[in-house]
Amino acid sequence: MDGAEMSIYARMKGAEPLLSVRNLSKFYGSRIGCADVSFDLYPGEVLGIVGESGSGKSTLLSCLAGHQTPDEGRIAFDGRDMIAMAEPERRRLARSEQAFVHQSPRDGLRMGVSAGGNIGERLMAVGARNYGAIRETALDWLGRVEIDGARIDDRPSAFSGGMQQRLQIARNLVTAPRLVFMDEPTGGLDVSVQARLLDLLRGLVRDLGLSVVLVTHDLAVVRLLAHRLMVMKSGHVVEQGLTDQVLDDPQHGYTQLLVSSVLQV
Amino acid sequence: MTSQTSLRETESYNFAYLDEQTKRMLRRAILKALAVPGYQVPFASREMPMPYGWGTGGVQVSAACLTPEDRLKVIDQGADDTTNAVSIRKFFQRTAGVEVTEATTGATLIQTRHRIPETPLTEDQILVYQVPIPEPLRFLEPRETETRRMHALEEYGLMHVKLYEDIARHGEITNSYAWPVMAEGRYVMTPSPIPKFDNPKLSDNPAVQLFGAGREARIHALPPYTKVVSLDFEDHPFVASKADHACDICGSHESYLDEVITDDQGGRMFVCSDTDFCGTRSAALAAERG
Repeated sequence: MDGAEMSIYARMKGAEPLLSVRNLSKFYGSRIGCADVSFDLYPGEVLGIVGESGSGKSTLLSCLAGHQTPDEGRIAFDGRDMIAMAEPERRRLARSEQAFVHQSPRDGLRMGVSAGGNIGERLMAVGARNYGAIRETALDWLGRVEIDGARIDDRPSAFSGGMQQRLQIARNLVTAPRLVFMDEPTGGLDVSVQARLLDLLRGLVRDLGLSVVLVTHDLAVVRLLAHRLMVMKSGHVVEQGLTDQVLDDPQHGYTQLLVSSVLQV
Repeated sequence: MTSQTSLRETESYNFAYLDEQTKRMLRRAILKALAVPGYQVPFASREMPMPYGWGTGGVQVSAACLTPEDRLKVIDQGADDTTNAVSIRKFFQRTAGVEVTEATTGATLIQTRHRIPETPLTEDQILVYQVPIPEPLRFLEPRETETRRMHALEEYGLMHVKLYEDIARHGEITNSYAWPVMAEGRYVMTPSPIPKFDNPKLSDNPAVQLFGAGREARIHALPPYTKVVSLDFEDHPFVASKADHACDICGSHESYLDEVITDDQGGRMFVCSDTDFCGTRSAALAAERG
């Protein structure tokens, strides 16, 4: 059963959503960051959030990931209130059951630490104290993200952009999180590298049954990865639904504009 | 204020150089540090009449702890007779008028740079360390706001990343000094750059151990009999090591050794870094031989 089937199954069975968001708002002074956002994310589901820059999608993501505190609304992860939660517990969740893949690998990796150390950090943060076992897991994950195991002791600064991004993904997934936040994971990569990365992500999401909240402005990326899609404009969600449905039959004027703006090659 | 007291003040120092309010501030920081073993307490570090890096933190902590009845010993890398030790000892002789000694057993307060004396300490003694960089996570995470949060939330994964990197790069953990420790199962702290040979002596020590960092304005402490564990991996355990040699002067196999180059032909000798320990032992052996 792949992710899509699993998520539909979860929805049909009336399972509990993994992430449940209600009326979430974040203001910067009198300006709106994002306003009145509600959605449910089920296990195994990939939610794409698209919109132009300044539409509030990154604000929404950082509120969801706990990097910012929303001004209004509720976020429940696996039934637990993420806003009322004490910081130690939230940070513990953030490094065990959740993960965050940054747009720039420089933000998500420790550039002065070897690839193996980067992958091992989350393991050591949750208490792994056996060097041999940590190294074995790191080698296994390098293999999964198609990085040569011989480069385990190289620093990410010696890696290409695509490799860095794959390393960042390995570093985040090593503790088997259930929910992954991704902020433009393919941004800044050339198209052939993008394609391989997307392939890899799709495989990992399916194999591990990950739930993902994926922010991007690239409609091709959401077409490939996301089961459901949310379109944002000026801080508000203007349309949401199944990805194919939203992209093939956009209802809102802005979504229509967005879809028709994609260059056809 | 009478003209007599103002004359006295210009001619001499307040006891132990610092004014009473400063010492009071320092004592509050020290008490807090003792209450939370390993936690770095910020304090209002003063300018001292010596450069940063020469023990300004240790000197301030010593000044706050000294009483006129104390007997002071100052060591630098184990030695009583190096520049740093001599000048700090003289400083307190002049500003506090306290008795000084070179004997570890005879001292009530010992200020040290980078060593713990070989002779076991007692409950009646205070050991004051000079600390250059009190933050064990500093070279891993440059932001102070972030390292403080990491301590607060016990997020010490990064510390082990550093140890992991050492093993990956060099086959072993390369710290031969400043090996990070966990105090009382809660705070990761730096033992000031003492050799890792001395790390086991931190734990369960009957003396009060105070760590002062002047430039960084932090004090941390270990109250007597605190459990201190050196960080390591299950399959790469901590080992307290020293040069595999006996002291060429006193013949001790147990003490930490300095390697001294004696000529240009590669001649060298190993001697105890703790001069008091070495001298006492040599004298005892000489007396035995008659």
